[in-house]
Amino acid sequence: MKDTAQTISIDQTVSDSERFEALKDFNVLGHASHHPVEILRFNTCGSVDDGKSTLIGRLLYDSKSLMEDQLEALQRSADITGGGQINLADLTDGLRAEREQGITIDVAYRYFATPRRKFIIADTPGHVQYTRNMVTGASSANLSVVLVDARAGVIEQSRRHTYLASLLRIPHLVVAVNKMDLVNWSEERFLEIRDQFEEFLPRLDIKDVKFIPLSALLGDNVVDLSKNMPWYQGPTFLGHLETVHIASDWNLNGFRLPVQWVNRPKNPTDIRLHDFRGFSGQIAGGIVRQGQKVMVLPSGLRSTVKEIRTYDGPRAEAFCPQSITLVLEDDIDVSRGDMVVGLDALPGMSMELSARVCWMHPRPLQAGRKFFLKQTSQTVQVVVTALESRINIQTFDPEPAPDELPMNGIGQIKLLAAKPIVFDGYAANRLTGSFILIEPGTNATVAAGMLLPPAETVKPEYNDFVI
Amino acid sequence: MSSYHLDHLQYLETEAIHVMREVAAEFERPCLLFSGGKDSICLLRLAEKAFRPSEIPMPLLNIDTGHHFPELNDFRDQRAAELGAKLIIRRVEDAITKGIAVPAPGEVSRNRLQIPTLLAAIEEFRFDCCIGGARRDEEKARAKERFFSFRDSFGQWDPKNQRPEIWNLYNGRVNSGEHMRVFPLSNWTEMDVWQFIHREKLEVPTIYFSHKRTVLRRQGQWLPVTEFLQRKSGEETRELVVRVRTIGDIISTGMVESPADSVDDIIAEIASARVTERGSRADDKASEAAMEDRKKQGYF
Repeated sequence: MKDTAQTISIDQTVSDSERFEALKDFNVLGHASHHPVEILRFNTCGSVDDGKSTLIGRLLYDSKSLMEDQLEALQRSADITGGGQINLADLTDGLRAEREQGITIDVAYRYFATPRRKFIIADTPGHVQYTRNMVTGASSANLSVVLVDARAGVIEQSRRHTYLASLLRIPHLVVAVNKMDLVNWSEERFLEIRDQFEEFLPRLDIKDVKFIPLSALLGDNVVDLSKNMPWYQGPTFLGHLETVHIASDWNLNGFRLPVQWVNRPKNPTDIRLHDFRGFSGQIAGGIVRQGQKVMVLPSGLRSTVKEIRTYDGPRAEAFCPQSITLVLEDDIDVSRGDMVVGLDALPGMSMELSARVCWMHPRPLQAGRKFFLKQTSQTVQVVVTALESRINIQTFDPEPAPDELPMNGIGQIKLLAAKPIVFDGYAANRLTGSFILIEPGTNATVAAGMLLPPAETVKPEYNDFVI
Repeated sequence: MSSYHLDHLQYLETEAIHVMREVAAEFERPCLLFSGGKDSICLLRLAEKAFRPSEIPMPLLNIDTGHHFPELNDFRDQRAAELGAKLIIRRVEDAITKGIAVPAPGEVSRNRLQIPTLLAAIEEFRFDCCIGGARRDEEKARAKERFFSFRDSFGQWDPKNQRPEIWNLYNGRVNSGEHMRVFPLSNWTEMDVWQFIHREKLEVPTIYFSHKRTVLRRQGQWLPVTEFLQRKSGEETRELVVRVRTIGDIISTGMVESPADSVDDIIAEIASARVTERGSRADDKASEAAMEDRKKQGYF
């Protein structure tokens, strides 16, 4: 059978009136808008032939986000190599090796906007050996799109990616059942595939899953509703991306400010700044208010928030993920890597850590190896004390005590750090519960880690002494 | 919608500030590449937001090709002076004299020659990090770029072997002689840049606004007629009302016909634009992989 999934014929004459139609509601300055324009970050993942790039191309094309010179470049390469057929995948496959081999070898980021939202797409390859890129692209996503070929149904890649989305705790999942045109738009086939997912989804921790039947090649249910699948009552792919609720994806419980940089003006001309000492960072959780009592960890020293500074003036309160500079009432020792926290919901603090890791380096992980661990704004030395289990990607079951963790392996490990780490479980806070491991010497980033919840949290009276 | 909510510009802003502070904290000798162009103007404002009330804790670096628009250089010098920032300028002309940059026979463009000039400046000042204003939406090869982009001791980018970048945890570790290019505007689009300029009421060089200029038609573009670029026989010259959308060398920057003479006009124009920003850069049209090849060698 001739596989037409990578090529597509498109109508190149988008008229001005159509384009204006698409833009007329687009309030470019946001003046009269009732809602600020939000950003939704999503990643697509799937095997080479699932039509991932075709779906993105279709999304950009049908939402009129493609420009004439991009179409021209597509046309040029189509005339030269494609026998006149335009290949939407050429839009995203930016590197020469990718065009030569017809594969996507790294995470590519794409941007487009509709009147409702701005979108950042991380297009990640489905090749087994490139799982690290999937983790890279998906780690900061609000939503993950698993593409399934309707003919093939659930394959190992679909399970792996769904598992990774669950492991990374991406709040929303879309299962896009693609190439519906090649299964005669069959509702039965669609439901079969949904059932295949439902078999293993309960064992994973994903709260919001949406199944959408579509054809990226022909455009059905991508931007416009399909006339070929009247049995499908749900939103289109773009419709779902525009409306899925993401406002509560950030953590607003338990104030956390990892200190990135101590702000001490050198030789200020303004006399009021002579003793200025501010703690700059991006809030990694919760809300902070002027006058609030806070604790600095790991020291346990307490103080009160005197001022929340920004370039645009002082704030009465600030929230995750804003970047601020905090001024405290007391002159206490705070430096990069420390965390300023609220007293209401305290984090864990320990030198011994348990975590799930995705191993990303060709040299396998073995117990006893030493690394730099970077978590929030600190980098400390750690040793891997034990490999507790390795996840079987077929069954999602842990296999205890493996000898090593190979590239793309996922496992649970124990670590010992050279100094106490202040953290939350990854499930509670993606920013204070995540880390990377860096190999000394090569400086390669070799693992992505997700901390398990602390055995106990810092006690308010713990380490509390008055200065 | 809750009040604990960031709109898209606020989100992009906090992301960029976080990146800049990581640079200030993790590198010993960082610099910020400042050309006076719209992207680097945003970078400077973000640096103010990241580091005030302190001084911006790194010098500004500009590689002057000698083919810059004079309006751009004037603006660059004025803005650096306003901020009280240290501005380092290294010239392609000097690099050619010293033999650091060697033009090919008949090579007029200074685009390629910026690369050795920049790498020599990095070596001269032992910079371990350069903050740049590149955006992923500009070009396909840039779409694969990381926020923290590692360069080996030859200044080369290896797109097939990039460090995975997970959550907001940036690995800034480099060995001696290696350096990092950091792009805080990675996730910004051309529209975001202009909306930010609008919101922050930032001044930009006058060539972004429409003005009368003598231009000539070459390879489907209107290029400004200057001492560096003269009409060849058969080429058409005209006086048009034009502006620039993206600024490169004065010999390869296409001017677009436009009546837009305010930031509001520019935003409206981009909203209805039919070609991408880089569509007006002759240097990118050389081949499908033109940008990728230059980046691998150490281009911005």
